[in-house]
Amino acid sequence: MLSPESLKKIDHEIAKYPIDKKQSAVMSALAIAQDEKGWLANETMNFVAKYLGMPPIAVYEVATFYNMYNLEPLGEYKITVCTNLPCALSGGNDVANYVKKKLSIGFNQTTADGKFTLKEGECMGACGDAPVLLVNNKRMCSFMTNDMIDQLLEELSK
Amino acid sequence: MTQFTQTLLAGVDSSDAENWQLKNYARRSGYSAIRKILSNKISPDSVIEEVKKSALRGRGGAGFPTGLKWSFMPKQYEGDKYIVCNSDEGEPGTFKDRDIMRHNPHILIEGMIIAAYAMGVKVGYNYIHGEIWDTYERMEEAVEEARAAGYLGNNILGSNFSFNLYNHHGYGAYICGEETALLESIEGKKGQPRFKPPFPANYGLYGKPTTINNTETFASVPWIILNGGEQYLKLGKPNNGGTKLFSVSGHVNKPGNYEIPMGTPFATLLEMAGGMRGGKKLKACIPGGSSMPVLPGEIMMQTDMDYDSIAKAGSMLGSGAVIIMDETTCMVKALERLSYFYFEESCGQCTPCREGTGWLYRIVNRIEHGKGLMEDLDLLDNIADNIQGRTICALGDAAAMPVRAMIQHFRNEFIYHIEHKKCMV
Amino acid sequence: MINIEIDGQQVSVPKGGTVMDGAKELGIYIPHFCYHKKLSIAANCRMCLVQVEKAPKPLPACATPVMEGMKVFTRSDQAITAQKGVMEFLLINHPLDCPICDQGGECQLQDLAVGYGAGQSRYTEAKRVVVNKNFGPLISTDMTRCIHCTRCVRFGQEIAGIMELGMAGRGEHAEILSFVGNSVDSELSGNMIDLCPVGALVSKPFRYSARTWELSRRKSISPHCGLGSNLVVQVKHNRVMRVLPRENEAINECWLSDKDRFSYEGLNSEDRLTKPMIKRDSQWQECDWQDALEFAVHGIKTVKEKYGAGKIGALTSPHSTIEELYLLQKLIRALGSENIDHRLRQSDFRLDSQLQGIPWLGTSIAAISELKSVLIVGSTLRKDHPLIAQRIRQAVKRGLQLNIVNPIGDDLLTDVTNEVIVAPNALVTTMAEILKAVTVIKNLQVADELKEVISAVKVTDIAHKIATSLLQENPAAIYLGNMAQHHPDYTDILVLVQHIAEAAEAQFGMLGEAANSLGAYLAGAVPGQVESAGLNAAQMLGNDLKRTSAPCQGYILMNMEPEYDSHNSQQALKVLKDAEFVISMSSYKGTASTYADVILPIAPFTETSGTYINTEGRVQSFNGVVSPLGETRPAWKVLRVLGNLLEFNGFDYEASEQVRAEIIPEEKDINGRLNNKLKSFVISVTDQSNTNLQRIGEVPIYQSDPIVRRAESLQVTSDAATPRAWMCSALLDKLNISAGDKVKVKQDQGEARLYAACDDRLPPDCVRVVSAHSDTIALGAMFGEILVEKL
Ligand SMILES: Cc1cc2nc3c(=O)[nH]c(=O)nc-3n(C[C@H](O)[C@H](O)[C@H](O)COP(=O)(O)O)c2cc1C
Ligand code: SF4
Ligand code: FES
Repeated sequence: MLSPESLKKIDHEIAKYPIDKKQSAVMSALAIAQDEKGWLANETMNFVAKYLGMPPIAVYEVATFYNMYNLEPLGEYKITVCTNLPCALSGGNDVANYVKKKLSIGFNQTTADGKFTLKEGECMGACGDAPVLLVNNKRMCSFMTNDMIDQLLEELSK
Repeated sequence: MTQFTQTLLAGVDSSDAENWQLKNYARRSGYSAIRKILSNKISPDSVIEEVKKSALRGRGGAGFPTGLKWSFMPKQYEGDKYIVCNSDEGEPGTFKDRDIMRHNPHILIEGMIIAAYAMGVKVGYNYIHGEIWDTYERMEEAVEEARAAGYLGNNILGSNFSFNLYNHHGYGAYICGEETALLESIEGKKGQPRFKPPFPANYGLYGKPTTINNTETFASVPWIILNGGEQYLKLGKPNNGGTKLFSVSGHVNKPGNYEIPMGTPFATLLEMAGGMRGGKKLKACIPGGSSMPVLPGEIMMQTDMDYDSIAKAGSMLGSGAVIIMDETTCMVKALERLSYFYFEESCGQCTPCREGTGWLYRIVNRIEHGKGLMEDLDLLDNIADNIQGRTICALGDAAAMPVRAMIQHFRNEFIYHIEHKKCMV
Repeated sequence: MINIEIDGQQVSVPKGGTVMDGAKELGIYIPHFCYHKKLSIAANCRMCLVQVEKAPKPLPACATPVMEGMKVFTRSDQAITAQKGVMEFLLINHPLDCPICDQGGECQLQDLAVGYGAGQSRYTEAKRVVVNKNFGPLISTDMTRCIHCTRCVRFGQEIAGIMELGMAGRGEHAEILSFVGNSVDSELSGNMIDLCPVGALVSKPFRYSARTWELSRRKSISPHCGLGSNLVVQVKHNRVMRVLPRENEAINECWLSDKDRFSYEGLNSEDRLTKPMIKRDSQWQECDWQDALEFAVHGIKTVKEKYGAGKIGALTSPHSTIEELYLLQKLIRALGSENIDHRLRQSDFRLDSQLQGIPWLGTSIAAISELKSVLIVGSTLRKDHPLIAQRIRQAVKRGLQLNIVNPIGDDLLTDVTNEVIVAPNALVTTMAEILKAVTVIKNLQVADELKEVISAVKVTDIAHKIATSLLQENPAAIYLGNMAQHHPDYTDILVLVQHIAEAAEAQFGMLGEAANSLGAYLAGAVPGQVESAGLNAAQMLGNDLKRTSAPCQGYILMNMEPEYDSHNSQQALKVLKDAEFVISMSSYKGTASTYADVILPIAPFTETSGTYINTEGRVQSFNGVVSPLGETRPAWKVLRVLGNLLEFNGFDYEASEQVRAEIIPEEKDINGRLNNKLKSFVISVTDQSNTNLQRIGEVPIYQSDPIVRRAESLQVTSDAATPRAWMCSALLDKLNISAGDKVKVKQDQGEARLYAACDDRLPPDCVRVVSAHSDTIALGAMFGEILVEKL
């Protein structure tokens, strides 16, 4: 179900917790599974549940509680723009609008070519670098200007 | 420009990609605090005493005296105890812990080692906000370095003290910053806060005694041990010891983190942050993160940056996030965005917060969109009143306080919105 | 104890108790939704906020621990304002259409809203709508009404032992659901309906069929397992509409199993008999009672004249009342026969001559909660005794060590300390190993009759562990489940259990299979044993191979369907078909017309008064809750008339209470008659060289008795799924069969075609094929040799 590399990473996470507390690794296991699969299909969650000895619904609770899990297939790149107040004061909304215009999509939409999905994000703990956006949960882009967005989209479109 | 003593970022060069590494931390006399403790056989109780003397107060938001908190951990407890670092910085406006972790991660690790020593703890977790992934990776590397150098693991530096530290990442839930939600999250569950009592010191991670502190709190400890609690206290003001990182965001020229002594005037901080962007007028400031009451600019300019002074001015120091808003800011819109945040981030378990945050947001949203009624202002105040103090955790308060303060200080602007169905600014 | 004051009244609460505990003690009602005395404290609804002196804000009574000198005000301004505020929040997104809600009239939210709600809502925004979920055939949802109290979720995690529901999502989007549309399959699921304080989870079978105020509530006792759960039966227009638990802490607590709760559908089944029927000249015809009874009497007399009274037998299920059982045995004995039995699924009767008393649980049901170690032998515990499994689950949380010796490894949804899963024919050996371990540890002499067995086995590691658990943890008990009682070596198992228990100073007993498994003994529904030994069930049904004499020619059957209720269904049907004259007293048509000559419609438990004596010896009488359907009559009355028509003395009862008084003159007496010990018994070493495949043929949960077999909703649950031939993968490989293949399963002359399935928790060379199911009744004994062939 998951690749040996992913399983190795999950095992590394499991080792951080007491032996009878495997469930503690569920957040990282889901993140690792999502990195491999792009999103969390029911089978994937079921697999993680079995792997960690949890009821599948408990895995589902976790997957739906935390924002960064994708419960449906998204574009190849998920772009999350922070529009919370501190970012908004420094152009967060302008960035969001610019990306919307460039990609001709709104929040929670995916481009026709399946390349990009746009999301509105909450505070990323990087307000000093506003405006900020996040690519696929892991790559943070700071002090975004329109030029930088052009560059970024171009790079990702390749 | 004024130069202050730094305790957290002293000597840190964030432009140098390798400056965070252990060897460089060691050059800044890193890990000498724990060495001092172990080689001088300073007792755990003396460590806690020193922290008490320093008047270090929790940097996560509530400002609880750290030494006192540490003394709550049961001493004679058989079985596991834990310390947990709260690096789930997600309070809008706050971005200080990220800088500590990415530019000076070993100071946090050393702080946690000392805390573990003081409380007789063998295992610690550092819970890192999900969105700052590279910081999580940096911490993983730093922990590995520390382990390799013998600062983490069994028999640290040849002593009989052992401590292991692990990083746990979040994945997008502000509520996990609340300490008991964070524990639930480490346990692999939804981050839903627990009812207190029992408090974590008795029933924490996996039901074991646990102490939770903010990243900055732990990171403040090595300096205290090296230089003495009294010295630290003297950097700041009585009851408000030491220096503090303030995250300045919004309408300033140089947003960023500034480490200043407690009690430094707000005006000085504003100046350090390059002053108002475009020379505009300061209209309002949220001095302690988005959960805290907003204060009008005039009041702010008279206030010093420490717990007691800001409380006197009618707000709270909170996490030290200073959100600056100039005269062009629409306060209704600002509140709408904040209310949306709490509505989105409510964990959903307790009734007043689950139902009330949505209600608040929808009314403010209506007002912002020209569909407000005059009664709405009292209604907002009353709903906020019905949320505040009635919820399991303080997110309810955090959602209510900004609403009440905004209406208190900027009522005219709300009335204008309702009457003219448009913005005043 | 901690002293506090609530609303000016003093109360002492144990340390660790809450304000809510104190208020309950004083009889002060504090409104609440999420709090439930049997569940963990969530404190999420915030309805129970009260004022506490010196506390800056109102505190939830359910979660606030008492502290010495605490002063609480539940009706102060601060408290009432807080409670009203919460009520307003609860209602803003809750539909206000009580008249169309199935919970209307029995809704905690509705009740409280009347007292707390403002007349008019200040909420003018759009209300939240939540899509409904499909949780299977028993629970219907109206999720928009959910108030997120999480009682259902906590019930699953804590009581049912399986988390099937969760609260997914966050904040306002949080909703209760199962993992991707799974049904809720717990055998205790119906309790979530009771727990739901609003109309979000409601009974699917009951839905929209009545309003609560139209229903009359009558007390009754569940007729299924030996627990004797206390029921409230709700009736409208002389029809049972719904069954709810009646709280009895000593028995079912506040719970019911789904079987107890939903089986009532079987009472209203199409298959119910409404008129007597007789077979004249091979033709079935409905007739009146007079004709039917005369026909029956004539038939029985003829058999007696032709073959003698010894060729008349009576078979009854233990689900009958003691009054019915007593009159049946009285009738059969008046006829001059000793052939009567209720132990239809038992196969080993060697213990009969050695019983010192009536077999029973050996402890009270409540005592299970206090045990520190328990050994369960041969039981599908969760399915046969769902609420005992639940009790054990709670006890395990308090430190009970659960030890299992079983032919199946089904998940008990709790921590098992030691477990031995062995083939049915190795059960005796395993028990002997445990006995040997006990004697070795305690350095005891073995009784002569056991010497041979004991010397034939060695102490395995697991046997040692189980023995240690029983010896070291007190109090301890050993219980024999249904499979042990149906087992061909029941006597040997019992002897070993008795000796283990004696050595370990533990209690031991049987988990009563049916409502009156104990009562039937007391009523005398067992063959005479002293001089004129009567035939037992196995002999009457012809499956006792050791006996050569032919079974009976005349049978009176009461409440029993031979193909489902016997140890060997194939054999039972054959015997009855071969008999000359069969009277079937039954509530259902079933297939009686294929073997009976007269069918007498008798009332199920809801239509007659009677008494069940549960497995702990508790006598529980009940009245009928509706009048008998059609011309159905209570069986005790039918037996009374039969006795009169046969001109026997002592059949002139006017009320069932008279019958009961004859059986139990003084209730207290019965305790002295309960005894599980055998006088003495030399047990044999079982031959395990037999490597043929063995059947494990337990009775599935919803096939156990005629009523539940006809409960439609239960019949579409996953527990009622089509039987399969379960084998471990090693056996599948050996037979060159894959899971999912269609196979032919054969026993004696019978065969069934089933799908093969894999369960690696099964012992090698065992095939698990349930009995008592229409797909498998063509097969033979519940245990014994079986053949499997790939088709
Ligand atoms: C909704 C909410 C969010 C919080 N977020 C954070 C956070 O991001 N970081 C943090 O350190 N403390 C946060 N806190 C405070 C913690 O609950 C806790 O008080 C703190 O971690 C204790 O550490 P300290 O004593 O060192 O301040 C939050 C509290 C609430 C109620
Ligand atoms: S106040 Fe909000 S976030 Fe806190 S427990 Fe209640 S619902 Fe959850
Ligand atoms: S009953 Fe106390 S909070 Fe729900």
